[in-house]
Amino acid sequence: MHKKGIKAAFISVFFTVITVLSGCEPLLVLDPKGPQAERQASDILLSIGIMSIIVIVVFALLVYMLVKYRASKQKADYEPPHIEGNLWVEVIMVGIPVLIVAFLSYVSVQSNYIVEAKPKGYEDTKPLVVYASSSDWKWHFSYPEEGIETVNYLYIPTDRALEFRLYSYGPITSFWIPQLGGQKYAMSDMVTTLHLAADAPGEFMGRNANFSGKGFAENTFNVTAMSQEDFDDWVKEVKETAKPITEKKFEELLEPGHLGRQTYTGTHLEFSPPPTGHEHSEESSETETNTESHTGHEGMSH
Amino acid sequence: MKIDNSLPLEYSTEENSLKILGFWIFLGAEIMLFATLFATYFTLENRTGSGPTGAEIFQITPVLFETILLLTSSFTVGLGIHAMRIGNKKAMISFFSITLLLGLAFLGVEIFEFVTYVHEGASIQTSAFTAALLTTLGTHGAHVTLGFFWGLFIILQIKKRGLTPQTTNKAFIFSLYWHFLDVVWIFIFSFIYLKGMM
Amino acid sequence: MDFFDRFAVPHPSLAIYASMAAIGLTVIAVFAGLTYFKKWGYLWREWLTTVDHKRIGIMYLLSALLMLFRGGVDAIMMRAQLAVPENTLLDAQHYNEIFTTHGIVMILFMAMPFIMFFMNFVVPLQIGARDVAFPRLNALSFWLFFMGAMLFNISFVVGGSPDAGWTSYFPLAGTEFSKSVGSNYYMIAIQIAGIGTLMTGINFITTILKMRAPGMTLMKMPMFTWSALIANVIIVFAFPVLAVLLAMGTLDRQIGTHFFTMDNGGMDMLWANIFWVWGHPEVYILILPAFGIYSEVISTFARRNLYGYKSMVGSMVLISLLSFFVWLHHFFTMGQGALTNSIFSITTMAIAVPTGVKIFNWLLTLRKGKIVFTTPMLYSMLFIPLFTLGGVTGVMLGMSAADYQYHNTMFLVAHFHNVIIPGVVYAMLAGLHYYWPKMFGFMLNEKIGKWTAWLLSIGFVLAFMPMYISGLDGQARRMYTYSEAAGFGAMNMISFVGAAIMAIGFVLIVYNIYYSTRYETRDISNDPWDARTLEWSTHTPVPEYNFAILPEVRSNEALWDAKKNGHVLFKGEYEKIHMPNNSGIPFIMSCIFFVWGFSFIFSLWIPVILTTIGIFICMALRSFEQDHGRYISVKEIEETETNLRGA
Repeated sequence: MHKKGIKAAFISVFFTVITVLSGCEPLLVLDPKGPQAERQASDILLSIGIMSIIVIVVFALLVYMLVKYRASKQKADYEPPHIEGNLWVEVIMVGIPVLIVAFLSYVSVQSNYIVEAKPKGYEDTKPLVVYASSSDWKWHFSYPEEGIETVNYLYIPTDRALEFRLYSYGPITSFWIPQLGGQKYAMSDMVTTLHLAADAPGEFMGRNANFSGKGFAENTFNVTAMSQEDFDDWVKEVKETAKPITEKKFEELLEPGHLGRQTYTGTHLEFSPPPTGHEHSEESSETETNTESHTGHEGMSH
Repeated sequence: MKIDNSLPLEYSTEENSLKILGFWIFLGAEIMLFATLFATYFTLENRTGSGPTGAEIFQITPVLFETILLLTSSFTVGLGIHAMRIGNKKAMISFFSITLLLGLAFLGVEIFEFVTYVHEGASIQTSAFTAALLTTLGTHGAHVTLGFFWGLFIILQIKKRGLTPQTTNKAFIFSLYWHFLDVVWIFIFSFIYLKGMM
Repeated sequence: MDFFDRFAVPHPSLAIYASMAAIGLTVIAVFAGLTYFKKWGYLWREWLTTVDHKRIGIMYLLSALLMLFRGGVDAIMMRAQLAVPENTLLDAQHYNEIFTTHGIVMILFMAMPFIMFFMNFVVPLQIGARDVAFPRLNALSFWLFFMGAMLFNISFVVGGSPDAGWTSYFPLAGTEFSKSVGSNYYMIAIQIAGIGTLMTGINFITTILKMRAPGMTLMKMPMFTWSALIANVIIVFAFPVLAVLLAMGTLDRQIGTHFFTMDNGGMDMLWANIFWVWGHPEVYILILPAFGIYSEVISTFARRNLYGYKSMVGSMVLISLLSFFVWLHHFFTMGQGALTNSIFSITTMAIAVPTGVKIFNWLLTLRKGKIVFTTPMLYSMLFIPLFTLGGVTGVMLGMSAADYQYHNTMFLVAHFHNVIIPGVVYAMLAGLHYYWPKMFGFMLNEKIGKWTAWLLSIGFVLAFMPMYISGLDGQARRMYTYSEAAGFGAMNMISFVGAAIMAIGFVLIVYNIYYSTRYETRDISNDPWDARTLEWSTHTPVPEYNFAILPEVRSNEALWDAKKNGHVLFKGEYEKIHMPNNSGIPFIMSCIFFVWGFSFIFSLWIPVILTTIGIFICMALRSFEQDHGRYISVKEIEETETNLRGA
């Protein structure tokens, strides 16, 4: 309880400091609108807090040494002593950082499993699966269960787990909606999965965060979170009004360049399926050594 | 130049011992070079795209020939160094020449092997697997080729100048290099060919 | 006509044509000047063919300063472009080329040669040796580095600069998305420079292990030598990885293989992995020698021995080991799952422990000292707080779940500049001021030096602290522009102002060199800082053979030991000294390498074959050459020593 209090105090103090520093609007990453982003923001604030203590200690020690041991403050014949080192001092010097790193590692590992799983609070909901694929310099969002596809904008229901399956028709890109959670790469030969959820309706900025060439700066998309009913209405409306996406149309969309918002019925997954076979799963380790052991569980299931 | 007669000729001057240590460090770098190639190969091993797999193109006969040739050459270069240590210039040159001939034969078989691969539709441009395979083998082959010329120059120098601290030093370092290439080949043989054929 | 089209710049602009003209005029002026003053012979005899580690060091320094200018111009252009929203100073293509070359130039062609300068100039003097183990190889290392750097730098006027970022991730850098020769320059120029660096690594490990003065055991080596040894071990293990990576990239781009392509089994993630297997140790190759310089400077000007010598060495060894096991933290977001991320998150944060030990050791070195604020010391004292900020943000980035939010943002940019500028650049400037008198026989002006240090630090804080904030506000890195609505304008304007102040600081350094050359007294002792290690025990300027008599050592502060405890460093009589001969082969061979690289970049296969043969001929010539060096007679030594003592 006590520990929590300290943590909360830190968080509020640094939140205020940073808010003041940046003008009035809260910084996007520190203004979370979903459980994943919330976890990340609290990790960030916690680490800022702990790190600030270290910085203050180092600054204070430095100022103390510089003020106290300046040559001008000492006698002309003062001879600094020869000191090799001291076991206990060194034990403290190693011990305290080890404790801090151990604590942060504990938090870090915990957070890893949290952000890589269904968002907290929405474990019981059936996740909305969206395939987000990038091409130079656009995002294509396919809703396989709803049977619709959009370009450069994303509608999502609130209060429900979202499961983004990411891949790319070109350079490595990174799918990022700062207020909902951190980013993940979209690549051409592997599907990655990003778990997000939105707590409340609203408009959010989304973008490709990984440099992908000439049109990178404008490689953004809009995210609109709405209630499940509004979302269902939107899907229904799209199905009634939008044109179907065809292979030819999709080829055109893939051409390098920028596009506005577009909406289609059907998805490109039917004729241009995502990469197969190399999806990373939880138990696989680094890419370098054992690609062949990656369980080939593939997401396309309809 | 101070010559310390208590040591073998190739170690006898300070410069010589510096060179030998320096070369060992260089071999450390070479290990990293081949380790990177192996890591790449293992990563891309099964990514054959539209091209053939290892099991489809590997043949045991040429590989066995290559292995025997290179292992023997490693043995003869050792004999050459032994002859050098006992001061037998003629035997040393003979053993070094045999080593280089075996190396040349190895290269011949390897080129034949590469030509076969290309005919079977496995050129360096075919797939990630063939690129990694042929780059790894090719890097080793290029090392052997370079070693051939290096060894040749050393034989010529020993013929002309005899067994001096300089020439023996070069010959000894060359032998280290040659043994190293043999060790790399054993890895290639076991982890590329045998594993690929299984 | 087609043949010549390939050499044209794909995206020309006025600035590029102006640079072309400027480069052309400079080259003509240099050639004309050399001819007019009849200096060609001098240049060839004293510099181009030299194998003297001190001269090679100075050439590294000159290259580094030149490249600092180039990289700095890139930097100021980027900050100017981003200073206001929707700026049109640069277009996307130019901005991409500029941030790419800024990164490569600063890391590989500025920071690396600066480190090489210190290692070359200082290490042999500090261990009481007369040269490095392989002087001619050392010259070859320098010239290969130099030709690689020059080859890279002509890219923007011949054929176009690389534009895929300094990390050059595939498939973006592959032929599918980067058709111009820019990325070929990246692959080949870095390859050539990298071969030089690898040979430096081998050379210095051998030198440090085998050529130390009598009595100098490993644990009696000065800290800078220790840091150089460890950095070179990292070089030997990391640079072959880079060589293979660049070779594969070249094959993909120019031969049509499928290592990293999008089809036929190519794997884009492999590039990122191997790149950072080299890339992360690379940053420690830079920072460890920087730590070494700080250790020398802080202990000299605290007038005290370095606190915790053993733990300093131990922490560097630990950092070098860990540096090979953290590469994945550069892409936590690649989707390798929670377990892998957790492992690399822990190894990453673990590096903070040995680094922290070093910071506290430096602080404790100050304790009970008698601190003198010279310019090198001022840089070191500014380094401690600023680097600590960079270090702790590194720990923050190491928390992988949170890194999903920092990754690819200005927060990351702020972090690595925050470690590299106070960590590496300040060390170089501290070292430059510190060793300047040993090199040139006069001090750099202290007043201007201190002004510079403060200006750079104020500029630094203004330039980079706002990036932490704009990063957390969602500003991705490498964007050539942003909209007004994004709200990044204020922070980026502050950054620009900071960058401008830093630019003034760097100009002041040049002014200081000019001013000090003209006005500073030449009447300085061999040991103007009252320092503690062997490099200050020989004459200024340092004679070609460094030490007339090799010193005998019994402490890790050999000179201090001699000054305070009356230990006699130089015992015995003069003996003739064996020195290596100058050689033109390293320079000529590197020139051929330059032509080889240039031809390779443009896929001109016939010149490639011819130059390859040329390179092998050089190697063969070297093999058959008999060069036993030369001797400096006792008489010559006596004359030189008398002259130097009298001066």
